[in-house]
Amino acid sequence: MVLVYAEATNGEFRKVAQEVTVYGKKTADVLGTECHAVVLGNTPGAEALGKYGASKVHRVTGPQLEKFDAAVYTVALSEAAKKLGATVVVLPHNSTGKNVTGRLAARLEAGSVAGANSVPMMKDGYFTVTKPVFSGKAFADVQLLTDVKVISLAGNSIPVVESGAEAPVEELSLELPEPKTRVVKHQVATGRVPLPEAELVVSGGRGLKGPENWSVIEELAEALGATTACSRPVADSDWRPHHEHVGQTGVAIRPNLYIAAGISGAIQHLAGVNNSKTIVVINKDPEAPFFKAADYGVVGDLFEVLPRLTEAVKKYKGQ
Amino acid sequence: MKLLVCVSKTPETTTKIQLTSDGTEIDRSGVQYIMNPYDEWYALVRALELKESAGGTVTILNVGPADNDPIIRKGLAIGADDAVRIDVSDEKDSLYTARQIAEFARGKDYDLILFGKETISYNGSEVGAMVAEFLDLPYVGDAIHLEVDGTSATVTRDIEGGEEVIEVQTPLALSAAKGMAEQRIPNMRGIMMAKRKPLEVVQPVDFPDTTRIAAYHKPEEKGSVKLIDPENMDELVRLLHEEAKVI
Repeated sequence: MVLVYAEATNGEFRKVAQEVTVYGKKTADVLGTECHAVVLGNTPGAEALGKYGASKVHRVTGPQLEKFDAAVYTVALSEAAKKLGATVVVLPHNSTGKNVTGRLAARLEAGSVAGANSVPMMKDGYFTVTKPVFSGKAFADVQLLTDVKVISLAGNSIPVVESGAEAPVEELSLELPEPKTRVVKHQVATGRVPLPEAELVVSGGRGLKGPENWSVIEELAEALGATTACSRPVADSDWRPHHEHVGQTGVAIRPNLYIAAGISGAIQHLAGVNNSKTIVVINKDPEAPFFKAADYGVVGDLFEVLPRLTEAVKKYKGQ
Repeated sequence: MKLLVCVSKTPETTTKIQLTSDGTEIDRSGVQYIMNPYDEWYALVRALELKESAGGTVTILNVGPADNDPIIRKGLAIGADDAVRIDVSDEKDSLYTARQIAEFARGKDYDLILFGKETISYNGSEVGAMVAEFLDLPYVGDAIHLEVDGTSATVTRDIEGGEEVIEVQTPLALSAAKGMAEQRIPNMRGIMMAKRKPLEVVQPVDFPDTTRIAAYHKPEEKGSVKLIDPENMDELVRLLHEEAKVI
């Protein structure tokens, strides 16, 4: 059985949970088995995970799970996996996954792939999972050699489609340890979709000339419903916060649309964004290396092009 | 305070990754290697800052072949006191690496074990969490801020669209991300002193492979860029909608 950890986002099962469930179902199909979901805590709506491929949902509750603690979550998931006889456990490769996946693989002594971007295949007799490596400059086909396997799934790697009906939710009772960490503050900006999950991203580089000019980026992002990002020099100059820095040493993203304005396209920047489905580059220098990695290019002054694009988007959306 | 900083070797950030002709290996010829930036800029420097303010020792640990010694020496030049290399010649997966680190660190009473948030080569973010599990330590990944007062640590970690502040007692393992510290460049005195600092080589423990990389691929090449008249952004919107189908 394939067990997916369906994580609730701000009290709802949203894209993160749906993606791992769809992925888990496809993995189960490859292995000729079922996909179950496990949820930690009392978030309502767990039965809806059935629509994305879970044939059953197991709910683990307890005061130890109210706030995130990697060690406690790891025990919950590993005990659930053992009790239910899961052979593959799938988690999201987000901030939770990055704290838990390794712990879980160690606890289960499982071969693991962190940040997978495609559905497992049986290839040459081995369970094989592909993931980006070298910050997106290449992909590796990784064979998992253990009986129990752990996979974390990179965001935006699989389209979310509904395939079934609601699933039954069953309580799963587990012994959980007390957390050794205490969360004293949890702060999340509301409104914009966080960068690693964003489907549309508008990004600015040194060509913006200064933080005071960022409104041209923000207005286009606003019109599209996109998340804003920036290049490393921009973050290093404190024009924008560090968490907006995309690239090899920043956030790696894979949105459907990446619009880069005033970014020349150094190899370190491309590494973090070249898995975007469609790339639009706006730059006044026709020799900017980024144009070689772009689907659409606009050679022009971004201070004229961006407001014009914003108007065109508004016009299109108004139709 | 007794601090252990685990560091990896990665290709230099501007490296163009090329594959061997059969696609089963990365072509290593001509590749320049560096210490993984997250390990060096954030984990190591924050460890040194803590040592400077509270006293203690900073040890660098690497799992790898003798070729890695120049990278380890750089860490010593930046200011670590001593280093250990677990002598493993082949490139191994995260579980193997974590097992070696855990076996080395077990029983040595490190207050903090620091990692970079991921390597820029395999981007897994797993080794630190695995070591924490093997040693039964609390772990905070993607930490952007760390204060330690006696045995109490306050750690801020990156989460999607925000941050979380965590209080925890040492011993503790964590992975460091941008914001944790500022990169330090080794000076001549540090480089000279690094040559005399101890670099111990220890043998690995046996542990079976749990994964194997069967092949590598390069991303598909983009077709040539379609240039749009900067005066005609309606056309770009039309193409994004009708051709690329992304809006």
